[in-house]
Amino acid sequence: MPVAAARALAHDLSVCSRDRQAEADALHGLAAWAYQFSSQVSLYPPFALLLEVRRSLSLFGGYTALLERIRAGLGELGYQTRLAAAPTPLAAVSLACCASEQHVETRSALAAALAPLPLSVLDWEQGLLDRLHGVGVQRLGDLLRLPRDGLARRLGPDSVLYLDRLLGRQPDPRALYQPPPRFERSLQLPAEVGQAGALLFALQRLILELCGWLQGQGAAVQELEVRLWHREQAITRLSIGVQRKSRAAEQFLILLRERLQRLELQQPVIEVGLYAERLLPLDGQSLQLFGAARQACQVDLLDRLRARLGSEAVRGLSAVAEHRPEYAWRYSEPGQGEQAVNGQQRPLWLLPVPRQLKTDHGWPCLQGRLKLQHSRERIESGWWDGQDIARDYFIAESASGSRYWIYRELDGQRRWFLQGLFE
Amino acid sequence: MNLDTVLQRADVWRGGRLSATADAVASGFAELDTVLPGGGWPRGALTEILMPQHGIGALRLLVPALARLSRDERWICWVAPPYIPYAPALVGAGIDLSRVLLVHPGAHQDGLWAVEQSLRSGTCSAVLAWPTLDDRTALRRLQLAAEAGDALGFLFRPGRLVQRPSPAALRIQLQPEAGNGLSVSILKRRGGWACGPIHLEVPVHGHGNAVALHSHTATGTGSFQSQWQ
Repeated sequence: MPVAAARALAHDLSVCSRDRQAEADALHGLAAWAYQFSSQVSLYPPFALLLEVRRSLSLFGGYTALLERIRAGLGELGYQTRLAAAPTPLAAVSLACCASEQHVETRSALAAALAPLPLSVLDWEQGLLDRLHGVGVQRLGDLLRLPRDGLARRLGPDSVLYLDRLLGRQPDPRALYQPPPRFERSLQLPAEVGQAGALLFALQRLILELCGWLQGQGAAVQELEVRLWHREQAITRLSIGVQRKSRAAEQFLILLRERLQRLELQQPVIEVGLYAERLLPLDGQSLQLFGAARQACQVDLLDRLRARLGSEAVRGLSAVAEHRPEYAWRYSEPGQGEQAVNGQQRPLWLLPVPRQLKTDHGWPCLQGRLKLQHSRERIESGWWDGQDIARDYFIAESASGSRYWIYRELDGQRRWFLQGLFE
Repeated sequence: MNLDTVLQRADVWRGGRLSATADAVASGFAELDTVLPGGGWPRGALTEILMPQHGIGALRLLVPALARLSRDERWICWVAPPYIPYAPALVGAGIDLSRVLLVHPGAHQDGLWAVEQSLRSGTCSAVLAWPTLDDRTALRRLQLAAEAGDALGFLFRPGRLVQRPSPAALRIQLQPEAGNGLSVSILKRRGGWACGPIHLEVPVHGHGNAVALHSHTATGTGSFQSQWQ
């Protein structure tokens, strides 16, 4: 039907052009996702997926339970689907094409189940179907009653083979879908999105696909990359990391939400993508072990803080065996702090950079003259790397009662500096 | 509900005696513990420490408790500290650095968020923060988060806020004294009236035990250093 005619019938019609590439991508994405339910998935382009489920039934607790899981998952992904099961691939596709979702268990029941279906469920040329309609064949039952020889002569051997495969009289080998070694999916947005938070909906779909795919691979990831395409600007890349490898969609979604909240988009987004490359093995058993604990603490605190604040904002602390005070510590990965011991009196606060003190007739001042304690610590070190220091350190007390860690240079201008606070 | 159950509740107290049910971590200062409900810093609650300036020993007051808490498998989280927590001093005070988590949020709002997340997560034994704004609603949320996550929340705030009401379970005010002294006034505590000030000695060299434990290594570095003197 031409668009103009359609508009005449329905004036508020919205017309989209069909994007076959996007359809094919979506079908591949679904196949990757469906791999968690069966190791034998094949594509039936452009609109169907075939899963060999007989061997999965006991794992998932029977047909009804499996069907409900698949249906719920597809719903979360935002697809409207029809599911049917049959002993042969073509019969399953034919049944799924009709509104009634059936489950035919045995080959002997197949012909009866297929009989009421219209011929349009067959993936045949329109001309062939018209010819059959012309001779009064309306339903599959009518077709299957016709003698084989006559059919072969009138429709060609391919059609007879098709029917044989439909009924399981001939094997129907299918090219199995091979999941890609890494996850790589993108989604064009129906409209440009200017608010980072609004991207979550589209990304949720990709994350669910990813987690289904990971499930099928028996794998998990520690890092995801989200890519955002803009019309003109370069791609925006966001990395989402977790401390413990995971394939829990909920966890990634919470982290992604935090990350998007602090993202300011310079330009609207036209397409979103999700990438996961480094797969780590995670078998079903270890996941179940984690399952209960993860629900209790949900998302690891570190992951959550890093998702919102950036990983450089969340760090651990190490002590370093080194005489020069500014080198006696460093940031480290949280949980990996090392305990080098110094044994000297050290302040709990260190200034990022020593601050030069004013002096009054040679006395260091900080809100008035500082009172120095008698004990002095001399630190001369570092001649081997050119960053050598020669200083006398003192504990000094201000008039207002604060205690400072200050030093005086032993050479040069013999200036005074504040380096720490005894908090 | 009978009277006994009512009296057992953490938020019910009778004048003149400290509630014995409160869960607390000993501060390591005996005089202080006698006036703190439950004999120490309250668990699952916010403690607000008001002080006139930095450098008077506020952290030294916490260090013995932090050293003990760092034996747990939980984080000691420092959110937006005003200076760098100096690792050698923390080690000297007996704090296990592998439990120390430093968070440096960019904006103030992110800071409050980070404190709340850390308190609530249940994976932090203590959370230390230096919030600069006076935001009562935010503090109320932090108090609830500390309860949810069974964490010790410590907020270090300027002394000028002493007159402002606060939802913190414990509020103390510090004043420096001569030498290593510190005067501590209890402005508010669960299960007791305000009291104080009490006078404490908070030595610069923190935790005697930890130093003794590491004395062997300390002598080692000392002798190495003497070559340069």
